[in-house]
Amino acid sequence: MEIVITGALLGATYSLIAMGLTLQYGVARIMNLANGEMVVAGAFAAFWVFSARQLSPFLAAAVVVPAAFALNWLVYRYVLRPLVRRARNRGMLEVDSILATFGMSFTLVGLMLLTFGGGYFTYSYLAEPFPIFGSPFGLNRVVACLVSVAVCGLLYWGLNGTRAGMAIRAVAVDPAAAELVAIDVSRVCAFAFALGGAVTAAAGIFLSTFLTMDASVGVVFTLKALIIVIMGGVGDVRGAIIAALILGLAETVVASLIDPGLTLAAAYLLFVLVLLFRPQGLFGTRQS
Amino acid sequence: MNRRTALKTAGAAVLASALPMRAAMAAEPIKIGTVAAKTGPLAGATAITHWPNIQLWVAEVNGRGGLKMKDGSRRVIQIIEYDDRTNPAETIKAVERLATQDKADFIIAAFGTAQSLAAAPVFAKHGYPQIAVSSITDKIPELTQRYPGIFFTLGATSALAGSVAEILSKMRAEGKIGNRIAMVNVADAFGIELAEAARPVFKKDGFEIVYDKSYPLGTQDLSPIVKGAKASNPDAFVAWSYPPDTMALTELAKIENLNVRAFYTGPGTAYPLYAQKFGRSIEGHLGSGGVNLDAPEMKAYRAAHQRVTGKAPDYWASAPTYASLQVLEQAIEAVGSTDRKAVIDHIKTATFSTVMGPWKFKNQAIDHYWTVGQWQSGEFPGVSSTGLPGARPTIVKSGW
Repeated sequence: MEIVITGALLGATYSLIAMGLTLQYGVARIMNLANGEMVVAGAFAAFWVFSARQLSPFLAAAVVVPAAFALNWLVYRYVLRPLVRRARNRGMLEVDSILATFGMSFTLVGLMLLTFGGGYFTYSYLAEPFPIFGSPFGLNRVVACLVSVAVCGLLYWGLNGTRAGMAIRAVAVDPAAAELVAIDVSRVCAFAFALGGAVTAAAGIFLSTFLTMDASVGVVFTLKALIIVIMGGVGDVRGAIIAALILGLAETVVASLIDPGLTLAAAYLLFVLVLLFRPQGLFGTRQS
Repeated sequence: MNRRTALKTAGAAVLASALPMRAAMAAEPIKIGTVAAKTGPLAGATAITHWPNIQLWVAEVNGRGGLKMKDGSRRVIQIIEYDDRTNPAETIKAVERLATQDKADFIIAAFGTAQSLAAAPVFAKHGYPQIAVSSITDKIPELTQRYPGIFFTLGATSALAGSVAEILSKMRAEGKIGNRIAMVNVADAFGIELAEAARPVFKKDGFEIVYDKSYPLGTQDLSPIVKGAKASNPDAFVAWSYPPDTMALTELAKIENLNVRAFYTGPGTAYPLYAQKFGRSIEGHLGSGGVNLDAPEMKAYRAAHQRVTGKAPDYWASAPTYASLQVLEQAIEAVGSTDRKAVIDHIKTATFSTVMGPWKFKNQAIDHYWTVGQWQSGEFPGVSSTGLPGARPTIVKSGW
């Protein structure tokens, strides 16, 4: 039971990391390799609010989420849209966006290095035991898990229960056809990309309560998100959530019952198995 | 990707304002190169231990007019910085570039054992002295034999592990702890080497290692490890960890209420931010490092570090890093020129007065160094060393 809860908490953390990229890649078709830098930026804002202002780091969300939304909107509007316009097909856009965002991640790391400095940022917040079925769990992790559930729930409802969500899903399925039914694809993509960035930055705020970060640690989160998004199936929020949970559980089971040294191996083994037997991802649809 | 940035904050500013222009024009600046991580996994550590000390050193030396040469002139230090992105291959390239393109007069050793040792052949090829402060290895005898210009200061892995065993044995003899040790390590060079050094020593001293696991670098959830360690019901917890894991393991141990009377973690424990993060709950925590806080030169160094860089130095490698720069400075001034061969020879034989006290290299290595420190009332004094004076007695950790 303890293992399951620990695994679920980790899985929820992972889905929080991957949710933003799902939106960005699934809808806007931008494989954003600078995704992890957004996590770090959010984390740093939380750290700053906590240590310089002695306030709850969660308050940072009030500024970080709109700011990240705006920043990502601008990035999409001015950096990525030219690539979208230029791309003749989806494959070309993917290659271009991978290269562009890879470069962008270096730029962002450099900027953060300049503004935050190179040091670790870490602090203690809600680092107290929270008993579930008698065994203690970190309250900060539990909070991150709840936030993750809330964010995933909201996104799921937003995508499946609202008109705007339907438009987003339509673009994810077929941008060309969506355009035919008078959906402003370009706007929807920009919105999805910006929303993805905002969710990712929000994830950073909650992760910072239990992870020690520095300006250049973002790539770690990008990689994790990438694995989850690909495992879950491109553009499906459910897929990403399930994949994140599976990954979290698998890592925890392996760490607890077999050997902690094999967690990475287990994660990548799962990844390879999914790629071998379900290359479109758990919830993806096969492309013709 | 390497960015070249002259350290204008200290160097140029002090020079321009505090010195008459004539003196500044008189002698060419002395070019000193430095390569260390500004990004990548080691960036957080260099931001605490490496870069601030270079800033402090340049400010101090240039503040008094620069390095004094044989002919009586003074040459200010000009720093050339490169980021190796925590990648030893980049370190090699950057050192090569400093030697051949920038024609640096001297090069400060890179940060990190792997980075430093990877660049050692390049230092040797171009005849540069390399005071490899942050290199900790058991291969010191072989390496010093192979590279005539390499020097070590922080000691050997086996001594670091041995000191921990010594402290635990003493606590056991005093009846403060029992026999059971839970040991974990990060599956990366430093963690593996220390765990391998520690295992036989613990066994030889009659300890029972009841939990012995490694975890991959960058593991985001260490709670299975702490839960596992707790389930093994240990008397002492020893982690050969890296700074981010040191933070995570300590936090989780607190959450899990891992009640051990001896709690040891690796690099990161000696950082001021460890105390900022955990406050009083880390009283009695043991960790790699330690310094002699009572020595006057250490007090002066800590004050100067705070004044110039705006932050406190760590309680381990910061002071030796500064001391290594003092060695370079005193050797250059003693030789009175940038004759690298003569500087190497001088470092091999002379005694230097540093913030760590007098330093004399024996077979190119400092053999008196701190190995274990302990958090006591908000400070992290050394409690064990290889023959240094000033060790404080250890205390027992009691609860969180």
